[in-house]
Amino acid sequence: MWSRIKHQGAEIRAHLDIPLLIIVLLLMGVGLITIYSATSSAGLARLDNQMVNMLVAVIIMLAVAQTSPQKLMRFAPPVYLIGLALLIGVALFGVVVNGSRRWLSLGFIRIQPSEIMKIAMPLMLAWYFHKNESLINLKHFAIATVILLLPIGLILKQPDLGTSLLVGAAGFFVIFFAGLPWKIMLGMAAAGGAALPFVWNLLHDYQRRRILTLIDPTSDPLGAGYHIIQSTIAIGSGGPVGKGWLNGTQTRLEFIPEKHTDFIFAVFSEEWGLLGNGILLALFLCLVVRGLMIAAAAPTLFSRLLAAAISMVLFIYAFVNMGMVSGILPVVGVPLPFISYGGTALVTLMIGIGMLMSIHTHRMLVKK
Amino acid sequence: MNDYQHTQQEISRFRRRALLAGFGALTLFSLLFARFFHLQVTLHEHYSTRAESNRISLVPIVPNRGNITDRNGVVLARNYSAFTLEITPSKTNGLEATINALAEVVDIQPKDRRRFKKQLEESKSFESIPIRTRLTDEEVARFAARRYLFPGVEINARLFRQYPEGALAVHALGYISRIREADVKWIAERGEEDREDYTNNYKGTDHIGQTGLERFYEFELHGGTGNEQLEVDKSGRAVRVLTHTAPTPGKNLTLTLDSELQRMAEAAFGERRGSMVALDPNDGSVLALVSNPGFDPNLFVDGIRFDDWDELNTNPDKPLLNRAINSGYAPGSTFKPLMALAALSQGKRGVNYTIADPGYFNFGGRRFMDDKVGGHGSVDMLKSIIVSCNTYYYNLANDLGIDAIARFMAQLGLGKPTGIDLPGESSGTLPSPEWKAGYFKKREQQKWFPGETISVGIGQGYNNYTSLQMAHALANILNYGKVYAPHLVSHITDPTTGEIKRIATEPARQIPLKTEHVDFIKTAMAGVNKQGTGARAFAGAPYESGGKTGTAQVVGQRNTRNLDVRLRDNSWFIAFAPVDQPKIVVAVLVENGGFGAASAAPIARQVFDYYLLGTTKTTPAPEGVATADEGNTEDTEEEGEHQHVVAD
Repeated sequence: MWSRIKHQGAEIRAHLDIPLLIIVLLLMGVGLITIYSATSSAGLARLDNQMVNMLVAVIIMLAVAQTSPQKLMRFAPPVYLIGLALLIGVALFGVVVNGSRRWLSLGFIRIQPSEIMKIAMPLMLAWYFHKNESLINLKHFAIATVILLLPIGLILKQPDLGTSLLVGAAGFFVIFFAGLPWKIMLGMAAAGGAALPFVWNLLHDYQRRRILTLIDPTSDPLGAGYHIIQSTIAIGSGGPVGKGWLNGTQTRLEFIPEKHTDFIFAVFSEEWGLLGNGILLALFLCLVVRGLMIAAAAPTLFSRLLAAAISMVLFIYAFVNMGMVSGILPVVGVPLPFISYGGTALVTLMIGIGMLMSIHTHRMLVKK
Repeated sequence: MNDYQHTQQEISRFRRRALLAGFGALTLFSLLFARFFHLQVTLHEHYSTRAESNRISLVPIVPNRGNITDRNGVVLARNYSAFTLEITPSKTNGLEATINALAEVVDIQPKDRRRFKKQLEESKSFESIPIRTRLTDEEVARFAARRYLFPGVEINARLFRQYPEGALAVHALGYISRIREADVKWIAERGEEDREDYTNNYKGTDHIGQTGLERFYEFELHGGTGNEQLEVDKSGRAVRVLTHTAPTPGKNLTLTLDSELQRMAEAAFGERRGSMVALDPNDGSVLALVSNPGFDPNLFVDGIRFDDWDELNTNPDKPLLNRAINSGYAPGSTFKPLMALAALSQGKRGVNYTIADPGYFNFGGRRFMDDKVGGHGSVDMLKSIIVSCNTYYYNLANDLGIDAIARFMAQLGLGKPTGIDLPGESSGTLPSPEWKAGYFKKREQQKWFPGETISVGIGQGYNNYTSLQMAHALANILNYGKVYAPHLVSHITDPTTGEIKRIATEPARQIPLKTEHVDFIKTAMAGVNKQGTGARAFAGAPYESGGKTGTAQVVGQRNTRNLDVRLRDNSWFIAFAPVDQPKIVVAVLVENGGFGAASAAPIARQVFDYYLLGTTKTTPAPEGVATADEGNTEDTEEEGEHQHVVAD
């Protein structure tokens, strides 16, 4: 008994959540071996970079975990407003890369303000509902919706379907957990359905093509459908137990596009098969469930909403990515959390994990 | 409601929704798992196959085409390896610019560009097309150093067909050329007939036999295509070789043709147009097959240049036409021995049956003229052949009747392909009432007139046979009715197993001929070469030979000497030697050669001397001299009359 209490004490003092930490480290481990498989033929530079990215991300996570929810709450409005301002800046002075205006050049560094919104959005909305706790009514939901839609509109305009989807999901889940009445949700869903044709008209050509080729990838096997067809072949040919690490032919012979970033799941799936996929799904499910448990145990509205939204965003990330790579969802630029190569997304995710840890480890102090 | 209650309510609602969200996540992950199960278990096999076909590229390895050699081992068709510079149009950055830039590195002539353009029109853009063939080592090195400048251009080592003897025996050999749409269809059709997957076997092959033996024995010569399974990456680069199946080389053809005999015969024709077929009557072997003029088949091998093609196609002498198997001519008097044999076989004439020839034959109110004014006097069968008496055969044709003539000549092999191993052989025309009814469209033209039978009797009228058919018919007679299909190929050798397949050594059928009748015809034809129209050409020959001249009219003119050359009579000669044991039979036709004795017979003499004596030194009878005496006994006048009759 003593040891357990002592252990918990240490855990709380370090503001760590061991289950979360283990799951995240396991996922990052999967990421490293898969990135190795996908990129080692061209040298180990990518692997080295990603290890540095992970180290930085873990340090940031630890830092965030030390920050109490009360302090986090104070950051909410300024971070949101800065993010919004930067998004407007992108729209006006942004740098165009690959046909999308997503980046803002600050001279020495390029930043992607939409990435900030992934954190700022749930933070801001959770803060907003917390401020109005006990008198939340429809008016607050309406204002929350405006807070949500302003940056999403700007991100969609860039255009960046993947990020707007994630930011939108983060905001939506805060509103949902804040108690948005079912009637309104159903009404909005119906309205959304009715608005689909109009939204279709607003979409860019490449977005429409992606959706169309999703319905029938074989219609454009060498063009837009190529990615989906090749990743589906990789997954299917992996079979029940996979071809074995470093033995994926689709990977090695470069048939898989974006194989170390958005489509890394195809690489993993080809080499580890259904067994590996099952384990990966279980890890993500544990992550989501642990996050929701933290949310359920959280003492304040702010921390409850924030924790639940972060958990569900992690779920959306994983689901959308694996869904698109396996051909049941449209190809939108969403990386596989903790596994895809890339520092920015990893840091954002780890800030979220840090927040979950912070919420969980500071609850005793609040109760006291 | 106080704050505390409110908060408790809010918390419980939150927890309900969190639980719901958790179940939602579980459900959607289960959906994903179901999708993975579907792909990785249910459809695993399908996707494994797709991954394999992604990864593996099957590269065909074209086999070595079989060689063709004559009966003495002289090579007539073989292969050699050379470097070609090839362009894949779809991979270049601008075709014209690429070719212009290439011209700075290797020598590219306007003719090369024209040929490239022609082949470009016939092929698909992802196929590689040669812009230059037979690069020198220096050119290969120069291009190799600059190849990075030329996407879509590469050097390939390819096998080329070569005909070392050039135009020699070109109409027997044929030639190969690039596969075209029609050839692809032909390959598929033949594959279905032979129940073989030829189409698959032709993957990677870009040449095919177009004519002659190259066409007829295409599937023997081609061989079995091998392959290499290569592991390739996304951009099609070969990563490594997985399996290698060696190709099976094509089979070699050994011909019955004697290339020296052939060369000598072609030389004997000189500038004259015509054809000659020499057969060994004992087994149907073709010893020589001449169609003059010829052409160099090497022109076709790597795509014929436009001006060469134009030259061959528009030349009025039609060098591409294989006269020996595709040009029919009225046999003229060479038909007479055949008619005589028909009469003997049908019992319509005995050898001693004699007519009194007044110089004409009256039939149906018309007068059919003999060639000799005043006639030959008393004529029996032997004399009828030696002096080539028309009146005798007018009379005979009338007695036999067209049906009996047609029946007998069909038995000899006339009016249908002989079955030689060459593609597209003509049938010629064996006239009969049935043939006429089927041939003409208008009712009034379909009726057979008795007068037409009279013309048929002297080898005129609708009679129309190739030199191959005439040689074949004569060989069948000399064999006492045993019919061997003529064949150019003696045997086919499989270079891998050494297995040898002989071609047709058994007689195809037997014509019921009596020995004494055949012997009589042999004696009569020997008489022609001793004292008749063949005597001058065969004067002093140390062997005994038999022959029959013929002159077939091109237009109905009495005085043919002042005619335009192309309207002059065609000259025939059929012959065999030695008389007792014939070893060689020939049929010679010289287009517009005038009298058979003058033009065609000396060619036969040279061929016999070479074949039987091994010498090429003969003294061909000078043209003017031969026509002076015996030539006049030939058929000049009968044909004028004949045209007159037919015009009725």
